Amino acid sequence: MRWGVLIFPGTWSHQDFGHVFQDVLGVDWGYVWHKDTSVAGYDCLFLPGGFAHGDYLRCGAIARFSPVMDALIRFARDGGSVLGSCNGFQILCEAGLLPGALLRNHSLQYRCRWVHIRTESTDTPFTQTARSDQVLKIPISHGEGRYYASPETLARLQSSGQIVFRYSTPDGQITEEANPNGSLENIAGVCNEGRNVVGLMPHPERASEALLGSEDGRILFQGLLEGVLRR
Amino acid sequence: MLEAQIHVTLKRSVLDPQGDTVRSGLATLGFQGVTDCRIGKFMVLHLAERDPVKARAQVDEMCRKLLANPVIEDYVFQICEVGE
Repeated sequence: MRWGVLIFPGTWSHQDFGHVFQDVLGVDWGYVWHKDTSVAGYDCLFLPGGFAHGDYLRCGAIARFSPVMDALIRFARDGGSVLGSCNGFQILCEAGLLPGALLRNHSLQYRCRWVHIRTESTDTPFTQTARSDQVLKIPISHGEGRYYASPETLARLQSSGQIVFRYSTPDGQITEEANPNGSLENIAGVCNEGRNVVGLMPHPERASEALLGSEDGRILFQGLLEGVLRR
Repeated sequence: MLEAQIHVTLKRSVLDPQGDTVRSGLATLGFQGVTDCRIGKFMVLHLAERDPVKARAQVDEMCRKLLANPVIEDYVFQICEVGE
């Protein structure tokens, strides 16, 4: 199994993903440049955080038209597992692979701190080894992470179980205080209808070693290691 | 030459904390009469197209595909004749 980490001009978390894949998990992986037109040979793709193409116009709006995106969209439509974190989540929303959009934080401030997120769905390749309602301690680092979807979309997400993570207290309560950016319904992560594409604002790659304060982020990768091939 | 003047704004249903902050700033300055403030983007494009009808269709497509995100934003534009 080989994992691909996408790099756009302005991506900044790719080395953190690479470090975790290489030094912590020991998986086979490689970088995929945004001008590549094929993702052949990869079993799973990751879109890291950063400021792809400067986040000009809107976060992810220009990255969505990078040459690699056609291949990525085909990969996702064929059922390939795709995870977008932070800017990667924004890109997946702009590309229409995930519902909704990410807006300026309610506080108008950049938020860089630990948060807790409660696992709302274990029916994705990335959360299949998590327990339902499991609370994960993972950091966020963003200025535009306020999840928004129209009331109709939100209702659909809820009824079809596409909300994957919500910001919560350490003991799993969904409260306004636990919401770092004003996201609707405390939503921190969602998946597509096919459940193979997941996006979340927190950074699991920055919480994959005890030395860094939490290993909870590894759960998102662990699920893949144990289960991607059977999907 | 044809020029497109495009306004992109957040939909009314989308909270605009930036607009709210500017409105409270105006109130602090003594402008109490501002009941709402929305912040958006203004874009000016110069077009090679000389036919206003075709230009309008092109700009509308640009707005739908890139310049605005229909999930969160609305757009309006006008096509004007300007000097070279």
